[in-house]
Amino acid sequence: MDQKLNLYRFLVGLADDSVVLSHRLSQWCSNGPYLEEDIALSNVALDYIGRARMLYQYAAEVEGEGRSEDDIAYLRNEREYTNLLIHELPINDFAFTMLRQFFVDVFYCEYLARLCHSTDERLAAIAAKSVKESRYHLKRSEPWIKQLAEGTEESLRRIKTALAELENFVGELFVMQDWEKELADNGIAVDRNQLKVGWDHYVQKLLGESNIVFADSQLQIQGGRDGIHTEHLGHMLSEMQFLQRAYPGLKW
Amino acid sequence: MTTKNSQVDPSGKLIPTYTPEFAERQARRQKSSCGKIWDLLDQVHDPELPGLSIWDLGVLQNIKPLNGGWEIEVTPTYSGCPAVETINEDILKVLKNAGVGEVKVTLVLAPAWTTEMISPAGKSHLKRIHIAPPDVNDEVLCPVCDSNDTRLVSQFGSTACKALYQCLACHEHFDYFKHF
Repeated sequence: MDQKLNLYRFLVGLADDSVVLSHRLSQWCSNGPYLEEDIALSNVALDYIGRARMLYQYAAEVEGEGRSEDDIAYLRNEREYTNLLIHELPINDFAFTMLRQFFVDVFYCEYLARLCHSTDERLAAIAAKSVKESRYHLKRSEPWIKQLAEGTEESLRRIKTALAELENFVGELFVMQDWEKELADNGIAVDRNQLKVGWDHYVQKLLGESNIVFADSQLQIQGGRDGIHTEHLGHMLSEMQFLQRAYPGLKW
Repeated sequence: MTTKNSQVDPSGKLIPTYTPEFAERQARRQKSSCGKIWDLLDQVHDPELPGLSIWDLGVLQNIKPLNGGWEIEVTPTYSGCPAVETINEDILKVLKNAGVGEVKVTLVLAPAWTTEMISPAGKSHLKRIHIAPPDVNDEVLCPVCDSNDTRLVSQFGSTACKALYQCLACHEHFDYFKHF
């Protein structure tokens, strides 16, 4: 297949992951459990929107059809979004949000560290910027998981409930698309398969310290990169895209 | 107290150290043929850090002549930092008022910004406005009383680049500019 089209799909997929998670995190703004945590969640959201912008801008240039980053983010429908499903799940409660964050933080710390060595210099620069942010996010999400798992009966119950849902969505983080494999063979993309063992080890060790068993779920829900989503994404996009749909071309 | 990012002068005052990253930027500025433009841009400050210039912060990376005008290369601190837009507008405003011809602001991502790019003067300035300057080992000293008896209150403070701390000696709450 055409390398340019592959690169475009790859960039948009990563950008969609970021923008969707960013929007979810931003839904905590003014709803955080306390002020400092509210600010922290919003700041993490800001890092992800920045990451999404760098990737969309690059994708728009690669596509070369005069579309802007905003056109790609705000004017595509649910089926055209290709984010991995874990990013789009609703925020639920704080335990769910933090467990998802911990899972993706562990993933991105390793994924982006490898993407820093991409033969595509622009992609490597974006990864170098982003990996530092993810490392900082992990410094915050990891102690929270320990605190919630070893806190009260109620906080432990919530972590276990979150785990029962999220374990069905983590597998997709490690699935390679055919076009992604071609990019990885050329040194542009990262082979996600290779990250699974390290990720499992890291997560199982941390949860194990709090006596929580984490095993591979039999049910692995997939489809994000093909535009097949959970029922939640459409609702989220209707909120996220409302302004640009109602007032086309509106600018700050 | 001497940390990797600062030294003590004979009077006992902390002086921020001169990092290789800053030395490289300084050499670039000194060798540059666009001296007056660098000087003009010393007026442009980060909107969230009162009095700290984009030069001292490390956001201003390079200036190049471009078709009779100038290309200004800036790098964002954090990828989602909303101050970038304001900084770009301020650069254009200052250079337009100075009448130096066409100006183009370009965002560069590599090398990724790090707090090591902040000038020694910039670190001193942060301390003066009661923001603890970044430290390699995240050893946070109170910017008011220099005590190292401080505690982390929140990993994010008033902006993405800062964390909130409290000094347990003088009880002051303050922002720490995170080592990044």
